[in-house]
Amino acid sequence: MIAAVRVTRSRRSALWGLIGAAVVVALLATLPYVVYADVTDLLVNAFILLVLASMWNLLAGYCGLISVGQQAYIGVGAYTVLLLAQTGINPYLAIPFAVVVAGAIAVPVSFLVFRLRAEYFAIGTWVVAEVFFLILIRFRSLGGGTGTSLPGLALIDPVFRQALTYWSALVVAAAALLATYLLLSSRMGLDLTAIRDNEVAARSAGVRVTWAKRVVYVVSAAGCGAGGALLIISQLNVLASAIFSVGWSAKMIFVALIGGVGSIEGPIVGTAIFTVIQQTLAQSGAWYLILLGSLAVAVAMFLPKGIWGLVSSRFHLQVFPVGYWLHR
Amino acid sequence: MNWVNAIVQGILLGGLYALFACGLSLLFGVVRVVNLAHGDFAVLAAYLALVVITTTHVPALLTFVIVAPLFALFGYGVQRLIIQKSLEVSPLTTLLVTFGLSVVIQNLLLVAASADSHSFDLGSLISASLRVSPELSIGYVPLMIFVTAVVVLVSLQLFLSRTSIGRAIRASADDQEASSIAGVNTRHVFGIAAAIAFATVALAGLALGSSSSFDPSAGPSRLIFAFEAVIIGGVGSLWGTLVGGIILGVAQAVGAQIDPSGGVLAGHLVFLAVLALRPQGLIRARLAI
Amino acid sequence: MLEVRNLTVRHGYLQALTEVSLKVAPGETLAIIGANGAGKSTLLRSIIGLHQPTAGAIVLDGRDITPLPPHARVREGIALVPEGRRLFPSLSVEENLLVGQTSRRSGPWSVRAIYELFSWMGDRRHERTVHLSGGEQQAVAIGRALMANPTVLLLDELSLGLAPTMVRRIYGVFPELVKKGMAILLVEQDVAQALRIADRFQCLLEGRTTLEGKPADTTTAKIEAAYFGLAGRAGPGSAA
Repeated sequence: MIAAVRVTRSRRSALWGLIGAAVVVALLATLPYVVYADVTDLLVNAFILLVLASMWNLLAGYCGLISVGQQAYIGVGAYTVLLLAQTGINPYLAIPFAVVVAGAIAVPVSFLVFRLRAEYFAIGTWVVAEVFFLILIRFRSLGGGTGTSLPGLALIDPVFRQALTYWSALVVAAAALLATYLLLSSRMGLDLTAIRDNEVAARSAGVRVTWAKRVVYVVSAAGCGAGGALLIISQLNVLASAIFSVGWSAKMIFVALIGGVGSIEGPIVGTAIFTVIQQTLAQSGAWYLILLGSLAVAVAMFLPKGIWGLVSSRFHLQVFPVGYWLHR
Repeated sequence: MNWVNAIVQGILLGGLYALFACGLSLLFGVVRVVNLAHGDFAVLAAYLALVVITTTHVPALLTFVIVAPLFALFGYGVQRLIIQKSLEVSPLTTLLVTFGLSVVIQNLLLVAASADSHSFDLGSLISASLRVSPELSIGYVPLMIFVTAVVVLVSLQLFLSRTSIGRAIRASADDQEASSIAGVNTRHVFGIAAAIAFATVALAGLALGSSSSFDPSAGPSRLIFAFEAVIIGGVGSLWGTLVGGIILGVAQAVGAQIDPSGGVLAGHLVFLAVLALRPQGLIRARLAI
Repeated sequence: MLEVRNLTVRHGYLQALTEVSLKVAPGETLAIIGANGAGKSTLLRSIIGLHQPTAGAIVLDGRDITPLPPHARVREGIALVPEGRRLFPSLSVEENLLVGQTSRRSGPWSVRAIYELFSWMGDRRHERTVHLSGGEQQAVAIGRALMANPTVLLLDELSLGLAPTMVRRIYGVFPELVKKGMAILLVEQDVAQALRIADRFQCLLEGRTTLEGKPADTTTAKIEAAYFGLAGRAGPGSAA
């Protein structure tokens, strides 16, 4: 007779992990009262990168879709905020709109790019980003090719504004991680994990693969839209060639790769490592990018699960409980 | 409005794009790898040619004799050491690895050569042209590039269909496992295919240097044009890359006639239209390359 | 002489073969029979080098070829006609045969000799293989393997998807091969056909050898028992 087993959603360590995460977020919220603005500014950039990398990770780690064109939606998010700010709406309140607009645009685009097989999908997404860029620079009211500044924030006290930006970034990052966790622990998350492990088998088991991929593509775009919105708010201006630059994809990819593709914790670890590298080496310009690129190549080839992957398989750690545990 | 001129320039430009595209198509058709550093390797070849020109004073047009074989060897090494290993991790790892290589190459070039743009000194050849009619003149350089593209494609077709290595390449592209049990050393064969692809990349880079200026960041746009040419023409067809290249070139040239800054966008829009309406491309694919 | 010594092969978590041994001498035909999933194809694929064993060795004419990759083993004199034919779709019939010649071994087999063996093939040699019938494709697949001039020929599930008359026609060429001194190791679902053609047979079940012998010296009952694992073992249907 087969011994009885229990199937549970989480282990105690995962529960502590969630509690710990909540505590961390609460602590982080108090930072503007405790440290100078240059620290919170650094964290704003880190949070933005965390959001972007998590979104890229959703696509790559769970759908096997490697995109090199998410910067399209970063730009859409930023320009949505710009447009709304130009009509008088408070930029902070425009963030949710950026998320929705980016997601909405992603729907018809998905029908186009999904026609490309996985290997060509990457360049296809890049072309889409280039097209968005080329179309947007034709609008002089949005700054054209030379960029423009974000109206609507000039009257706020700079210190308070930086704190507001910081809290917005914290909220967006926490929301992005929470949304990812909810998505992956839902029924769709199970479908996605099945797709990741074996797409053909998943399809024959009845998983609606294309629908799942489309949902993830749209969510990923929406998240990148949020990232773009935060970018324009923290920079106070936008330059089309910078916001639509493939360099954003490069950063997302490096962070997700080094941290670990296919887990929620991976991008967190990757962002931390990337921020440290950036802080110590950014002034070296091209050498810093050479190092980053080489590191990405090495990690992709020899450490495909990234640093978190290494740690979590060695110590059986999981902070966000998205799997199932079998107990005897 | 000189439409005829624009179309002819577009067709000739298509030759350059076909030259870029055939290496991408070959590598994908045989090894199933999309090389995101494709354009950057071409730019690297152009810089290498510059070095050869300044150190040995070989005329620019003859540098391919040195650069192409060097790149073929380089390509063999990249395939067997890097791409092969990446393929073993997962099929999509090659995308990440070649993307990383793209960043590394661009920045290495930046460090070695600065961000200034260069081009080959072809003397009077640059502006020399064939006067076909009062409104239409064809530049010698674009014409030579077009002819080179056709010669490369024909040679490639002949090589693949008439030689035993070409046969082994096609067999391995069809079914790698069946090929290995028939006695083919498929890793070596993939290396040869990559070597050929890289040789065409070198030629494409030299063509780039001969027809316009280049700088370390010129790679990505070349990759995109190559890719668009492949998709428009039809994945899996070598001649499709020429057709695709020509259509892209003409789209860009005509677009530029309508709006001087709209050439590239016009090309992208034509690409997206083909993707939406006829995603398999214009030329029906043979089964392998 | 091909020898397989205590071969153990894993597929991920599944142990596909456990300590399987066999010998095939020149001019001999050994048939491997067994139910689906018994490990027959895995055995042939391991002999040609597509799977690496976790234990055991493959020895050809006294040389241990276990560390060699497939194309090197072909050079040593083994050839496999794979399950499902696996012809190259973008190559013509003749080109398929010519690929088989890659290892450049010398011997009696050439394109001309193959066209003599299969008289219809010469006229259709420039056609793409997709236009051929199942039996014709099987002939080309055999021809491709013969072009390597092997001393040992492995055949995996020849009869799959073929009409019985076609199967008999294909097997009809075997005497020709055996005359030239080839050792033949074949995997066959159709037990009757296998026993008709083979000098000896070996039955596999769940990766192990359950019976070996000569077709003439065995009873149907014994083969059935070995095939389904009934003799002296509690099968899956009985109470645990």
